[in-house]
Amino acid sequence: MALTTLIYDGTFEGLLSAVYEVYAHHLQLVKLHTGEWHNSALFENVITVTTDETRAARVLKGLKERVSHIGIQRLYAAHLAGIAGEDINLLGYMRYAFDSPVNIEEDYGNKYVTRVSELVRMVRREKHRMEAFVRFQQLTDGTFYAGVEPDFNVLPLLIRHFKSRYADQKWMIYDIKRKYGVYYDLHDTQFVEMDFADLNKPNSVVAAFAEDESVYQHLWKNYFNSVNIASRKNTKLHVRHIPKRYWKHLTEKI
Amino acid sequence: MNEERITEKLNILADAAKYDVSCASSGSKRKNENKGLGNASNGICHSYTEDGRCVSLLKILLTNHCIFDCAYCVSRKNNDIKRAAFTVQEVVDLTINFYRRNYIEGLFLSSGIFKNADYTMERLVRVAKKLRTEHNFNGYIHLKSIPGASDELMNEAGLYADRLSVNLEMPTEAGLKLLAPDKNQQDMIKPMGYLRNAIIKHSEEKKLFKKAPQFAPAGQSTQMIIGATPENDNVVLHSANYFYKNFKLKRVYYSGYVPVLADNRLPALNTAVPMVRENRLYQADWLMRFYGFKVNEIVNNAQPHLDLDIDPKLGWAIRNMQAFPVDINKSDLQLILRVPGIGLLSAQKIVSARKFGKLNWDHLKKMGVSLNRAKYFVTCNSNEFERRDLTGNNIKQFILATSQSKYLKNTQTQLNLF
Repeated sequence: MALTTLIYDGTFEGLLSAVYEVYAHHLQLVKLHTGEWHNSALFENVITVTTDETRAARVLKGLKERVSHIGIQRLYAAHLAGIAGEDINLLGYMRYAFDSPVNIEEDYGNKYVTRVSELVRMVRREKHRMEAFVRFQQLTDGTFYAGVEPDFNVLPLLIRHFKSRYADQKWMIYDIKRKYGVYYDLHDTQFVEMDFADLNKPNSVVAAFAEDESVYQHLWKNYFNSVNIASRKNTKLHVRHIPKRYWKHLTEKI
Repeated sequence: MNEERITEKLNILADAAKYDVSCASSGSKRKNENKGLGNASNGICHSYTEDGRCVSLLKILLTNHCIFDCAYCVSRKNNDIKRAAFTVQEVVDLTINFYRRNYIEGLFLSSGIFKNADYTMERLVRVAKKLRTEHNFNGYIHLKSIPGASDELMNEAGLYADRLSVNLEMPTEAGLKLLAPDKNQQDMIKPMGYLRNAIIKHSEEKKLFKKAPQFAPAGQSTQMIIGATPENDNVVLHSANYFYKNFKLKRVYYSGYVPVLADNRLPALNTAVPMVRENRLYQADWLMRFYGFKVNEIVNNAQPHLDLDIDPKLGWAIRNMQAFPVDINKSDLQLILRVPGIGLLSAQKIVSARKFGKLNWDHLKKMGVSLNRAKYFVTCNSNEFERRDLTGNNIKQFILATSQSKYLKNTQTQLNLF
């Protein structure tokens, strides 16, 4: 059977548009490729997917008839993880959902369902870690700033949690790796990009710390050390819970 | 703010509070109201100490001055240590400022007994009240209920706190009498009974009137110290079971005794903390609460100790080989839950997934089942299964020989001594 390569833009909408192509052209074996296509081997079928709002919406509508609301959220979260080469499993999941007469969300014997469930677990764990490990520092204008470097692109998934929790303070969480942040201005959140070109480290925005900031950081470090029970020391467990890559943004571990 | 003084107080009063192991910040549904500060929902562990325990709440004593002389407690009256006391405002400021920086989920406030029970309880309540009413704080608050405090104060505490707890300290009354001569178990049970009734009453009102006030929405818990007195696991778990059943507790915590004081009633100062035993007790506790095990199945007079080498579920399985093998594709969820190596989530996945087709070893492995243990106890859609007629003891040896126990390191160091 012929293998068809679908070239898409890597977005969720693009992925949904790719699903549209699969059914429009009755494709069987497909693989996904992001961005430009250079290799032009003979006998290869290549389709460039146009990311199309109407087509994506149509696929999504069909999907909603076969998968629960939560199932769709999970697909989106898995896509958001941005792990290279995983979108093909999401595509496989959607095809399986469309081709099956019953809801397949709980068919953990299926490889696509299992893989999506693993991806979701990875992303959710990272989201949960960020909810725990964000450490705000108060700036002179009252804004609480935190720099993070999550394994996956989870910032969009964090907004709801931080918005409902810190409703009465201005805050910004900045993803240093992906160079964008979320800013809350007491009413709404927006995505922001900052130019850190002049600075060595994005963390240097703390040039303007609030007066009390260092006091509370100091108190927190003291607290953290005081609650340790030395006779129960268990470094392995400690590192399993807070892997070392997170330490550089944790006030108590710096 | 006198930074130096506050730092010193925080060090003393956090150090004194750390032996209370309760750390939960979940189970409450407190929402952020009127654009205030915080909410209490899922429970988040914001950090972990070097001993691997989670830091979720700012856990401190209001004061470590105490009129009692409990042998196991660092803050006991006759112990020569530095004493300190926070003011209500200091605790409020620390909580708010730690919370705003996302260090914590909320406050866990306990206290030594100064003057008397009511006087102490009144101060604790005042902190919670100030946080809720003056600072619009909706984060998690866990208050210790002081044994012997009045019902009125308990009631007020329930209106501001998410969780309340009275520590039983010792699994039996005899143990308590020996180590804490000033305390008696009745004083602890009385507030538990009051809270149980109040929680039931309020949750029924809440069903009828949406606007009815919340009352300790995360329920109540307690703690027992393990290894300070000679009670065996049979006694400890039956005691825990009694309190779960009769007082509707959300959690019983087991705290392995850390020798901090020289006293001839207590284990010597160089005694190791019973960490493995503590871990096995928690596993047994989970079996009772989530896996449908009855306490008698886990420990009884014939089997008074939990096996330290293997987990209690495997222990039960090898004592009850007649219940196996379990057919993964047919058996009830309740039976699948009893298979060693299958947890709550995998059990649910199995039951969901088998509707779509028969499951084999590969499927089970992908779902997160620990086949190393489960393979002796189940059959699935495969011709490969354990055909030998193994005794429980054989299985235990096979599993121990092939598994990487998290306690293996300890065993090795002990062996090296010889």
